Amino acid sequence: MKFKRLLPWIVPIVLLGSWQLFSSIGWISNRVLPNPIDIFTAAVELTKSGQLVADVWISTQRAFWGFVVGGGIGFLLGLANGLSKTAESLLDSSIQMIRNIPHLALIPIVILWFGIEEEAKLFLVALGTFFPIYLNTFHGIRSVDKSLIEMANVYGLKGLSLFLEVIFPAALPSILVGVRFALGITWVTLIVAETIASNSGIGYMAMNAREFMQLDVVVLSIILYALLGKLSDITAKLVEKRFLKWHPTYQK
Amino acid sequence: MTKDHKNEPILQLDNIVKSFDGKEVLKKIDLHVNKGDFIAVVGKSGCGKSTLLRIIAGLEEISSGSLLVDGTELKGRNQLAKMMFQDGRLLPWKKVSDNVGLGLKSEEKKQIPTILKQVGLAERANVWPAVLSGGQKQRVALARALIHDPELLLLDEPLGALDALTRMEMHELIEDLWKEKQFTAILVTHDVEEAVALANRVILIEEGEIVMDLPVHLPYPRQRDNPLFSSLVSQILNRIMGKKRKVEANLTTLAKTSTSASVRRA
Repeated sequence: MKFKRLLPWIVPIVLLGSWQLFSSIGWISNRVLPNPIDIFTAAVELTKSGQLVADVWISTQRAFWGFVVGGGIGFLLGLANGLSKTAESLLDSSIQMIRNIPHLALIPIVILWFGIEEEAKLFLVALGTFFPIYLNTFHGIRSVDKSLIEMANVYGLKGLSLFLEVIFPAALPSILVGVRFALGITWVTLIVAETIASNSGIGYMAMNAREFMQLDVVVLSIILYALLGKLSDITAKLVEKRFLKWHPTYQK
Repeated sequence: MTKDHKNEPILQLDNIVKSFDGKEVLKKIDLHVNKGDFIAVVGKSGCGKSTLLRIIAGLEEISSGSLLVDGTELKGRNQLAKMMFQDGRLLPWKKVSDNVGLGLKSEEKKQIPTILKQVGLAERANVWPAVLSGGQKQRVALARALIHDPELLLLDEPLGALDALTRMEMHELIEDLWKEKQFTAILVTHDVEEAVALANRVILIEEGEIVMDLPVHLPYPRQRDNPLFSSLVSQILNRIMGKKRKVEANLTTLAKTSTSASVRRA
């Protein structure tokens, strides 16, 4: 039983071990890829100086607010278009049109508009998270089982109580899929935006380190992005577990 | 069925026609239902029996004809009626007791434990519908309908998906609750034996028309080995099959349901 729990860790540990080993005996040049111990030392030093925490904190804030703004607008528009045919015919085709523009293609114009200030990152992250949440909210509400709505009608539910007790919970699994997807996009957008146009954050830390050939800090930044991405995915999963307890997938 | 309000009509359907896209699903239905009756509507699938029930519930509009509920023309939903659907239609994100309490005011929700006890699910009030068996789900659906104390209970093949033993338990339960609460029941089913076991009047619909209207005067609870019972069943089956087949006809309804034999009583 214990062995089974160790199983997923074997491959990463072996990889890390051989990485360290091959670096130490000189098979991997430190100028190509710094070894794990060096990266760890760099992390410790940057933490001591306070720079690491500051950069991680600013990146996390950007991710959070961009997600809240973009996801919030996406959710509201998804609700409106899902619930009202009029809103759908008014807005949906325009939104679908804009969706075809890759949001990262807007970076040049975003820099012209906002420079490399916070607005630029906020705008890009918000734009990136808007679409998955919009689409999944819209789709979730549209695919609510009509027979459940009919049943609820027979039992006297309409208006707000119909929405809160039937439509929203039925759409929630789909909305949460959108949330997880959007969280992934949040970090991808932020990596690009901070690398190209920023004077703080993890991406800036990486680009700065590149200037001084601090390869260990560059790799550290990549690992930090990976960890933060994983962390938000775990959070999303916990939210799913909490709110979809009723779902057969989550029944023990 | 000795009731003082016997022969008072709760439903009067006259000349009801219902068509979908120009195709007549119900052609000239005349049906008067008295208070306290237990009516079973049988027929092959696609004969229009479910449509008839949905019309009575106010879920479908009639194309022409008149439908009086307790003497007044039905507009919109039938407020006297609660419906039990074939697939249960429980809300999976609500615990059993919240499903039963759907659409109730908070003081009315005090009835939930009582009604759950009546359907034999007192112990399961706090579980998700996903963990219930098919029979238990339909018990919850029955409780959800009965907590409103409806004058008219509409049952749209509610037992069609259950195994034979669970179905017999449900027959007993429905019969007991009907006797106790004295509502009027209309049961749509394709199971002729079920119809004869429960109803005091069996109606056969074929291609949108009532072709048979048969009173059942057997005492409750009904013994299926009673020769009168079997002869009624085969009389209806013969009419459905359109040929003179004898008593062995009812064996088909028995055979098709005996696959699963687990008795689940909560």
